[in-house]
Amino acid sequence: MNKAGSPDLSPYANELRQHEKSERRALLGLTGPAVFLVLITMVLPVGWLFYLSFVGSDGTYSMENYARMLESKAYGRIFWTTFQVSFLTTGICILIGYPLAYFLSQLPSRWATICMLAVLLPFWTSLLVRTYAWLVLLQRRGLINEWGMGAGLWDEPLPLVHNLNGTLIGMVHIMLPFLILPLYSSMKAISADLLKASSNLGATPIQTFWQVFFPLSLPGLFAGSLIVFVLCLGFFVTPAVLGGGKVIMVSNQITNNIELFFNWGAASALGVVLLVLTLVILFAASKLLPLDKIIGGGT
Amino acid sequence: MPNAEALPISISRITKRYGDIHALDNVDLEIRSGEFLTLLGPSGSGKTTLLMALAGFTRPDHGSIKFGNEEIILKPPHTRNVGMVFQSYALFPHMDVAHNVGFPLKLRSVSKAEIAERVEQALNTVQLGGYGKRQISQLSGGQKQRVALARAIVFNPRILLMDEPLSALDKKLREHMQIELRHLHEKLGMTTVYVTHDQREALTMSDRIAVINHGKLMQLDSPREIYDRPANRFVADFIGESTFLKLEDKAGKLMFGGQAIEVRAAQVQLKHPALVMRPERLVVIGKANVKTTAKDMNLFKAKVCELVYQGDTSLMYAALADGTEVTVRAGTRTGAAVENINIGDDVMLGLHKDDTVVINDE
Repeated sequence: MNKAGSPDLSPYANELRQHEKSERRALLGLTGPAVFLVLITMVLPVGWLFYLSFVGSDGTYSMENYARMLESKAYGRIFWTTFQVSFLTTGICILIGYPLAYFLSQLPSRWATICMLAVLLPFWTSLLVRTYAWLVLLQRRGLINEWGMGAGLWDEPLPLVHNLNGTLIGMVHIMLPFLILPLYSSMKAISADLLKASSNLGATPIQTFWQVFFPLSLPGLFAGSLIVFVLCLGFFVTPAVLGGGKVIMVSNQITNNIELFFNWGAASALGVVLLVLTLVILFAASKLLPLDKIIGGGT
Repeated sequence: MPNAEALPISISRITKRYGDIHALDNVDLEIRSGEFLTLLGPSGSGKTTLLMALAGFTRPDHGSIKFGNEEIILKPPHTRNVGMVFQSYALFPHMDVAHNVGFPLKLRSVSKAEIAERVEQALNTVQLGGYGKRQISQLSGGQKQRVALARAIVFNPRILLMDEPLSALDKKLREHMQIELRHLHEKLGMTTVYVTHDQREALTMSDRIAVINHGKLMQLDSPREIYDRPANRFVADFIGESTFLKLEDKAGKLMFGGQAIEVRAAQVQLKHPALVMRPERLVVIGKANVKTTAKDMNLFKAKVCELVYQGDTSLMYAALADGTEVTVRAGTRTGAAVENINIGDDVMLGLHKDDTVVINDE
């Protein structure tokens, strides 16, 4: 330590430390607006909902909102539907998205950019517009049924919408980019030399795919699937429009509780349960898979 | 000792065009069984394209490649059975060292016990015994290089291809690995084709060097021949440092500014003869001993323009009578001839007639 009066063995040590501190303060200051925003738009409303969920119909503390969820078969069905739709959507997205991302990753960069635009363009289009567009295509007298029956492919209009089918078609379409983007970037990060090396060492193209390419694309696949699944859990517009009231997911029930029954307590309790479930899934995923690797987008 | 199992490679009329550019232009090359042959050339010369054609990753426009008697030009890469070390090492990041090295054996349905044994043996060969359980990310650059090498030799390929495998290593390690690769080649004896743009590396390691430029073979010879008897200006210029002196051919005598140049051996008549002056083959001759040392020497008067001290050697730039600037490289040991020379001094440079190289300068 350098006391006043003693010979100065560490010149400017205090000033330099001071500079470092003020630099760190400045950096911290930059996060201020974002922290403030999250506080106003996330923490306070969620806290308020949390509080509401414990208020009964008589205005006092009560667990009745949660008790109802356990008692009522309808709620069980709603959660089952939510998970069913989310799982199916994620699964179909993987089946369609993986080959597509693979195709994109193998294209020369100019063509990949053009094809990527085709993926991104709908992504930038309003979700509502796309959902209603599907309604036009899929309904009983919609374009697809008219064409199919006109061409004699089927006689009765196919039940393509106002049910699970329609919901899945719409949701897969909307969710696909969320899967493709992380998957594509993790596939692009796989060095062509690795595939050459595998081939040189004697692996057939199919062996190279399964033993080298596929394992290395898994971080992107997990990341994309997780994003799709979690987004699906809270999805509202598409099941509302294309499900025709037959596919009731948690978020649809929340709306019903508020708009039809004016029951904020019940709606809040559902919201809290959905939030907790989502966090549990993210936590479980982070335990099962190295999430830092997923977020890193590849190895 | 050449390995009985090594295979010769016979390349004929291999051509590969990218648009208007000939990456390979009717290349013929016979690689002997068990030899260490280096493809040497500047970047874009086509040396890597040729190696990739051998491995099967580049499809030539036409031509033939034979491993032994077998034509392989139409065979896909995974059936060619050649070992390859990539510039990037290309180790699989999702497998540990043992699985990387065992990968080619697993594909060949070798039993688990034998895989374990041969992997350890290959790792021992590259001095990485006991490293099997390590992850690739835990290895240093030099260790990755060795693992890549172990993986390329573990399945006993009869041909080994290497694409600038040492270029990512630092200088000391690179020089060490050069010697080690050389020993490994002597031990295993597989026909080895090595690509590099580093002339010193090529000279150090090779049995023969194929110098390539613009997709054409410029010269194929032993390192000593390549350096001492370059076939053309490109080879003389690319390998080693050189200054070229235009000579005149007067009735069979080569002349430089009125001075006859003594050469090593009878020279075929060249259209545009030029003398290749290598900095380390030029000596500064003290005035006192011109008579004694200058025997068998071609002598050039020069004026010193620049002196550079580089530690192990020093460089002297000097202008000849016609203004051509030549470089002289001399040792820095006490008593060296360049020690007491200053800029502006007149000096006498000597070039032994056995060190004279005359090329055709087109």
